[in-house]
Amino acid sequence: MSERESMEFDVVIVGAGPAGLAAAIRLRQLAAAAGRELSVCVLEKGSEVGAHILSGAVFDPRALNELIPDWQARGAPLHTPATEDAFLWLGRERSVKLPLPPQMHNQGNYIISLGNLCRWLAQQAEDLGVEVLPGFPAAQILFDDQGAVMGVATADMGRLADGSEGPQFEPGVELHARQTLFTEGCHGSLTKQLMAHFDLRDGVDPQTYGLGIKELWEVDPARHRPGTVRHTIGWPLDHGTYGGGFLYHLEDHQVAVGFIVGLDYRNPYLSPFEEMQRFKTHPAIREVLEGGRRIAFGARALVEGGWQSIPRLSFPGGLLAGDAAGFLDVPRIKGSHNAMKSGMTAAEAVFDLPADGAGRRGEAVDYRQRLDQTWVMQELHAARNIRPGFRWGLWGGLAHAALETYVLKGRAPWTLHHHPDHAALQPAASSTPVEYPKPDGTLTFDRLSSVFLSNTHHEEGQPVHLQLRDPALPLSLNHARFAGPETRYCPAGVYEYVQKNGSGARLQINAQNCVHCKTCDIKDPGQNINWVAPQGGDGPNYPAM
Amino acid sequence: MTVLVVAEHDHKILSDAGRRAVAAATALGEDIRVLVAGHHCRAVAEAAARLQGVTQVLLCDDPLYEHQLAEPLAVLIAALAADHQAVVAAATSHGKDVMPRVAGLLDVGQVSDITAIESPTVFQRPIYAGNVMARVCCEERIRVLTIRTTAFAPAAEGGQAEITTIAAGPDPGVSRFVEDAMTRSERPELGAARVVISGGRGVGSAEGFGLLEAVADELGAAIGASRAAVDAGFVPNDYQVGQTGKIVAPELYIAVGISGAIQHWAGMKDSKVVVAINKDEECPMVQTADYALVGDLLEILPSLRDGLRQMKA
Amino acid sequence: MKVLVPVKRVVDYNVRVRARSDGSGVDLANLKMSMNPFDEIAMEAAVRLKEAGQVSDVVAVSIGTDACQDVLRTALAFGADRAILVKTPEAALEPVVVSRILKAIVDEEAPQLVLMGKQAIDDDCNQTAQMLAARLGWGQGTFACRLVLADGEARVSREVDGGTRTVALPLPAVVSTDLRLNEPRYLKLPNIMKAKKKPLDIKPLDSLGVNTSTDIRCLGVSEPPARKPGVRVESVEELLHRLKHDAQVI
Repeated sequence: MSERESMEFDVVIVGAGPAGLAAAIRLRQLAAAAGRELSVCVLEKGSEVGAHILSGAVFDPRALNELIPDWQARGAPLHTPATEDAFLWLGRERSVKLPLPPQMHNQGNYIISLGNLCRWLAQQAEDLGVEVLPGFPAAQILFDDQGAVMGVATADMGRLADGSEGPQFEPGVELHARQTLFTEGCHGSLTKQLMAHFDLRDGVDPQTYGLGIKELWEVDPARHRPGTVRHTIGWPLDHGTYGGGFLYHLEDHQVAVGFIVGLDYRNPYLSPFEEMQRFKTHPAIREVLEGGRRIAFGARALVEGGWQSIPRLSFPGGLLAGDAAGFLDVPRIKGSHNAMKSGMTAAEAVFDLPADGAGRRGEAVDYRQRLDQTWVMQELHAARNIRPGFRWGLWGGLAHAALETYVLKGRAPWTLHHHPDHAALQPAASSTPVEYPKPDGTLTFDRLSSVFLSNTHHEEGQPVHLQLRDPALPLSLNHARFAGPETRYCPAGVYEYVQKNGSGARLQINAQNCVHCKTCDIKDPGQNINWVAPQGGDGPNYPAM
Repeated sequence: MTVLVVAEHDHKILSDAGRRAVAAATALGEDIRVLVAGHHCRAVAEAAARLQGVTQVLLCDDPLYEHQLAEPLAVLIAALAADHQAVVAAATSHGKDVMPRVAGLLDVGQVSDITAIESPTVFQRPIYAGNVMARVCCEERIRVLTIRTTAFAPAAEGGQAEITTIAAGPDPGVSRFVEDAMTRSERPELGAARVVISGGRGVGSAEGFGLLEAVADELGAAIGASRAAVDAGFVPNDYQVGQTGKIVAPELYIAVGISGAIQHWAGMKDSKVVVAINKDEECPMVQTADYALVGDLLEILPSLRDGLRQMKA
Repeated sequence: MKVLVPVKRVVDYNVRVRARSDGSGVDLANLKMSMNPFDEIAMEAAVRLKEAGQVSDVVAVSIGTDACQDVLRTALAFGADRAILVKTPEAALEPVVVSRILKAIVDEEAPQLVLMGKQAIDDDCNQTAQMLAARLGWGQGTFACRLVLADGEARVSREVDGGTRTVALPLPAVVSTDLRLNEPRYLKLPNIMKAKKKPLDIKPLDSLGVNTSTDIRCLGVSEPPARKPGVRVESVEELLHRLKHDAQVI
């Protein structure tokens, strides 16, 4: 085994998304103001900052205003103010405008590419002296002899499929820090280990998730209305399944169109990818996209648990921030502002953490209290019952949401609780198969031509990064009882059951197609799939998602 | 307009690529001269003189050109080019080696890998590995051009040009031939083959690839595979055609039991003629191929082999 | 002995490009850019020569806007000792112009070997190395799959149609690299950080006194034509007949 090199920093941040970059910027701002030297490094598994970022996105600039008040002068890529909002209920052919709930008003917000915002934030961070290191996934949590997190190790490069060291092998590097911030985004692979190791979820609800699938279109200029925001509920989902669509008109004749399916869906025959394709055929969506061309595709799981699912946020040696912890506000359909604010608050807590005389790594326990005093937690607390209310179906959920919003105004004396998504599937035998229409190649597409537009790439010959704990379970449980749901929930066609000559089926994992959405790690009914970081720089190369 | 075509040959036979370069030159002008520079290569000059459209063959027979080294050839061509408005060669490894050196000596730009000639100054060429086509205008005093051979048919016989012997140019003395190591494989190399027959998961097994090989033998074809066939262990990794494997552009591509995922298409979409043989008539390959035959591969492949045998006999 | 490695910043190998809908060019907005893969092979070859003690200095040079500094930092992380950016107002230059600029840099730096990719994966021209060699009057070893320096010569095995050809070039010489020459290393994180501190000189293009005019220009770009709809054949006989008589490929 080759020796690993190690490097020392004051703070190591895992993941260059809005939370991690905001934290890095805030740390350097605080250090500069206090005249303190503080080294900060941000690791990013994507080939560049933004390569793995995917969001709608209608962006609330509240946190950005606090972090970089002169962002406009510095050229932040917030180009399209949201000017016109509508919330539609879709039937198969028609659509009905619903009253716009107050959380969904978007005055003052911007339609952006979050990937481009992160690229800009990374530049700001680098200008402040942060080491931003794309192409280096954190693959292992390092603990000191007191049991505190002392940093992370980056992934090895050049291992062969069997795990042995290939000719180009380059071992990972250990990054040691006083404090390590985990800002991996929704369902991070190291965050998952931290939750288990430090029991961070004790006493809180399980996290619940949605899968968002997004396409970027270049549309006919005559059909393009920059600043227009559309959100939909209803068709093509049945009333028992939570989810909805969005359509945002950006600049340059571009339109972001996407569909989110709550991963607590019950029918194993449901395919979020196909729902997204079907969604685009609705007249209200088709009329915008027709005659245009699709230029990008991607998918990413998002957190929906809200306030009651937020885990303990600190542990010896580190913190969680952003959607690694889970600050997305479901009724507002946005979370980047909360992610940034949580990163900034984490930075402040870390910066103020007193140095331990004996050199022990401390725990910034006051991070949660600090956060409770910010608008982030106020917002999430008020919204906490809306998502779980959709257990009563679409109409029950909407009625309940109206009650919570207009009558109780978020002050209900109760809190509705969540169940884990992977336990929600019903057996195939008691479910109805879904017939999805064939792709037409102009408005709707198959999975592989979609994956092609994600620019995903995984170097050949490396170990499969989608690991099965029990290799027998896909057949005995997933295939036998749930008709292989992974072949449908994976938006990238990673999972296939292949008939072997005469001896039944086997699960084929096309790991090279993976777009790092994490859905399999979340939804697998046997919790048998473990998503680990592949080689550095692998995965999608999203242009402006 | 006077065009100089640099003929590619092995001193005995004018290459097919050279004939195609002559055909491309006829789209540029009427006065087409072919340079045959080599050693003991008169037969090549005679073959060039018989091509339609050729007005003159310039034969430069000298040991200096025995190994077709770019450095002395480029000096010779650049000197001759002064009397021409365009210099054309095929974009083979030889043309790619020599022609930019000619352009460098002349201090003019070059247009590489032309797939269509719109006018004597406007050309089409693929960029970004063929994912985008560019229209390029070249108004250099001497246009140095290489043409993609698959885009032009070879010039027909029927000409009667005179052969003029010219003197060898100087030897720059900056390169020396050491040795050639030509691959003597029975099968052509996948990336360079005129015909490729590829198998996918539908072939079913490594043994199924045996049936494919029998057809390949009849066609003189290289064998490829889809990623799924490689993943299934039917064939080794270096057979893979596709986005992550080899990019091929043969004249004939036969996809057997390949569903035609876009990643596979990315590796063979520039093939001139695509044949799909598949049992699934709904699969993308069948939908997009130039010729599609739907049926049982285990029956089709042997009868294809027999049919090809009969055609030869 | 000094090696000069010209490197180009191009759209990353894994990223799909598309023509702008008005055909005015390729849409490069927000695309990941990287060092041209063939240039990475040249960098790797240069660094291996240095590690073998045959080369003392590896100098990387790129031509373009300030954005090209990132590929030069990559070159420095590979192991280049220093880097030069010839700063131009536009990114896209014809190879003939690039070869003039590189000639000026070679005149200043006086390397014994120029190692560079055989082509850039954006314009796919495959010209610059040959043009540079012509201007310098040096020997050229194009499409190298093997490179040995000995006795004041570069022995280059070249990928040619049908096999490999080996030539010997007295130094100085220009060598252009093909895929099989080597497999570039993975960059080490500490080396990426060290690269940020290595010297990177910026030279304005004007300072070189190079003629940048060219009579080649791009009139527009388009998506490649879609394939014509195919034909369903009913039998092997019909297939063979059509391949022979309609398509004329067998």
